[in-house]
Amino acid sequence: MAEQYVAAVDQGTNSTRCILFDRRGRLVSVAQREHRQLFPKPGWVEHDAAEIWRNVTRVVPAALRQVGAEPGQIVAIGITNQRETSLLWDRATGRPIGNAVVWQDTRTDRLVAELAGDEGLDRFADLCGLPLNTYFSAPRLKWMLDHTPGLRARAERGEVLFGTMETWLIWNFTGGANGGLHVTDVTNASRTMLMNIASLEWDDELLAAFDVPRAVLPEIRPSSGVFATATEVLPGVRIGAALGDQQAALFGQTCFSAGEAKCTYGTGSFLLLHTGQEIVRSKHGMLTTVAYQIGDEPASYALEGSMAVTGSLVQWFRDGLGLIHTAAEIETLARTVDDNGGAYIVPAFSGLFAPHWRSEARGVIAGLTGYITKGHLARAVLEATGFQTLEVVDAMNADSGIALTALKVDGGMTANNLLMQFLADLLDVRVVRPMVTETVSLGAAYAAGLAVGYWPDLEGLRSNWHRAGQWLPNMDPTRRATEYANWQAAVQRTFNWIRPDQ
Amino acid sequence: MPGSVQSIERAAAVLRLLAAAPNGLGVADVGNALGLAKTTVHGILRTLHQVGFVEQDRSGAHYHLSDAFGRLGESYLDPNELRSRAINWADSLAARSGEVVRVGRLDGSKVVIVHHVFRPDDSDQDLDVGTTLPPHATALGKAVLAYDASGAARPKRLEAFTTRTITDPARLAEELATVRSRGWAGEFEEHTIEIAGIAAPIRGLGGLVVGAVGLIGRIERICDSRLRHRADLVTMVRATAEAIARDLRGDS
Repeated sequence: MAEQYVAAVDQGTNSTRCILFDRRGRLVSVAQREHRQLFPKPGWVEHDAAEIWRNVTRVVPAALRQVGAEPGQIVAIGITNQRETSLLWDRATGRPIGNAVVWQDTRTDRLVAELAGDEGLDRFADLCGLPLNTYFSAPRLKWMLDHTPGLRARAERGEVLFGTMETWLIWNFTGGANGGLHVTDVTNASRTMLMNIASLEWDDELLAAFDVPRAVLPEIRPSSGVFATATEVLPGVRIGAALGDQQAALFGQTCFSAGEAKCTYGTGSFLLLHTGQEIVRSKHGMLTTVAYQIGDEPASYALEGSMAVTGSLVQWFRDGLGLIHTAAEIETLARTVDDNGGAYIVPAFSGLFAPHWRSEARGVIAGLTGYITKGHLARAVLEATGFQTLEVVDAMNADSGIALTALKVDGGMTANNLLMQFLADLLDVRVVRPMVTETVSLGAAYAAGLAVGYWPDLEGLRSNWHRAGQWLPNMDPTRRATEYANWQAAVQRTFNWIRPDQ
Repeated sequence: MPGSVQSIERAAAVLRLLAAAPNGLGVADVGNALGLAKTTVHGILRTLHQVGFVEQDRSGAHYHLSDAFGRLGESYLDPNELRSRAINWADSLAARSGEVVRVGRLDGSKVVIVHHVFRPDDSDQDLDVGTTLPPHATALGKAVLAYDASGAARPKRLEAFTTRTITDPARLAEELATVRSRGWAGEFEEHTIEIAGIAAPIRGLGGLVVGAVGLIGRIERICDSRLRHRADLVTMVRATAEAIARDLRGDS
């Protein structure tokens, strides 16, 4: 019998990828296509959803071709996606109405302030687990309905559909305008601010607050379970899972028990701590989010610390400053010096995410002297990711009452050994990289494979996890404390940069 | 002019023009100067850009010579870039073979380990990134030494680590010729007792060897009952080297 595989489709911020995994969770082939980043105005970030779907129709066959696999050898499709990016489309024609508005987009900052009013940014946190922020979908959806003439009326009549990217993909995989299925999963729905975090259903109070007609919203399903059988791209193959990318990474790292945590280092970085079936309310700026739901089992929850700018700071160093040619060269440049020389870069490009949640903050380079070279700046760029992680870990330890003993890491930046060592030094815990760095795709594949019986249970998946690399802490505690204090002082200097009258 | 390659002549002319134009040139400038069609010039510039000899400014409209062009003798691939391109494939090789996987490159007269994946048995292991190996006594080393045309890496005295280490220069030359003819290098107790290894060269653009990827482990796992390197592992290592190379060349 020919080998069977699970196909993971990862619809990310910069690209769309298809990765095939075998039964032992090993990566078999990868195909990838980047899509355009559209910046129509300062602070606006958009994607062309039609381009993204076109890329899906190309990368999936390409991944099969690499190993000479037939569609019949694919047992399931698992979908994972950039979260919170929001799209409206026409139910009858299947065409997007405008571009997708990306999670980094800050056009709703004024709207968010208005919605907060006197009750504050946390006014909906009890219901949805999230503070009001431009990051989440609901303000964006309200903005789109408010700013396109006649759209809200059409939405109320059921002519317009809303979705995050997994919803758009599943709708297209199942025929689009010809009978496409309009669904989302609990993890993606938990990032909209429209779902009740306890009941896992759209919440009338939240819908009213954001003025969102129920008719535009997809049906909420468990993350792992057969959604439908695809009719496009891989006809006859079942779609077995959909999860937001960070939840998928938690799943791919086999963090299935309360207390297990992972951090994924990409464009932004996201630390998620599994809290079991308990909904933990953060007092320190963490988000409460759904980790996953398998079939009709109770949902698992997580605390999340989100850092908006980590890998994208390296990209800025490369593209904005032109000091390096490739992202990997930052490590070479950083190793030309022994330390940061006293310089700290706080990348509050569009405000600060966890644990500060300050949308009016803007970035600074602090401690700048004539001594500083581009090598020091390269180090400060990498260290910014380390310090942001430490802030999140501190907050999470305070919320959960459990001190982290090791950090499981994944994502592109784990190829950076200098950063991984700095993380171990700063956090004073072991930093461990798993054998499969592509945990986002692996998690989507695992959840889809579980749904169709390709893998029997979670324990079977755990045995696939192996340590590929490990960094041990080796920093003098006094130096650690001084460095962290310097960083915190630099963070203070980013606050209140954007004033209300601007 | 029999025997000369026209596209290389044209590329050389483009490089001369760019070297004389500190502010860079556009495709049309180069085309006018050389009397060539825009599509031809565009193809030449794109290829020169791909091999790292020219760079584009931010708008993409102007090309100029890259810094790297003046430092052609240095390694053209950043070691950290090599790691980031190799990481997925090295993980996959470790998962399939069940052995330690390492990526190395020549640095002076040593092979430096730029990437290391643990043996997937969750036992205690230390990361070896940044440590060096003697090229003549290891599979990883022989896989790069075999393609080192400069001879700079060939040590004057071949140090013995075990009784099996190759210490005779003539025998080493023979061994390296074997590596070239079959496309992979083997190691059998030449560096450490009871340890064997297999490695294959990673070829970047134009066939330049930029490093090697290989696995090492106990003889009974790496070799068959007749103490020959296992054919299935050799195939896996070579396929891994080719996958990394494809990624580097951008034709995946």
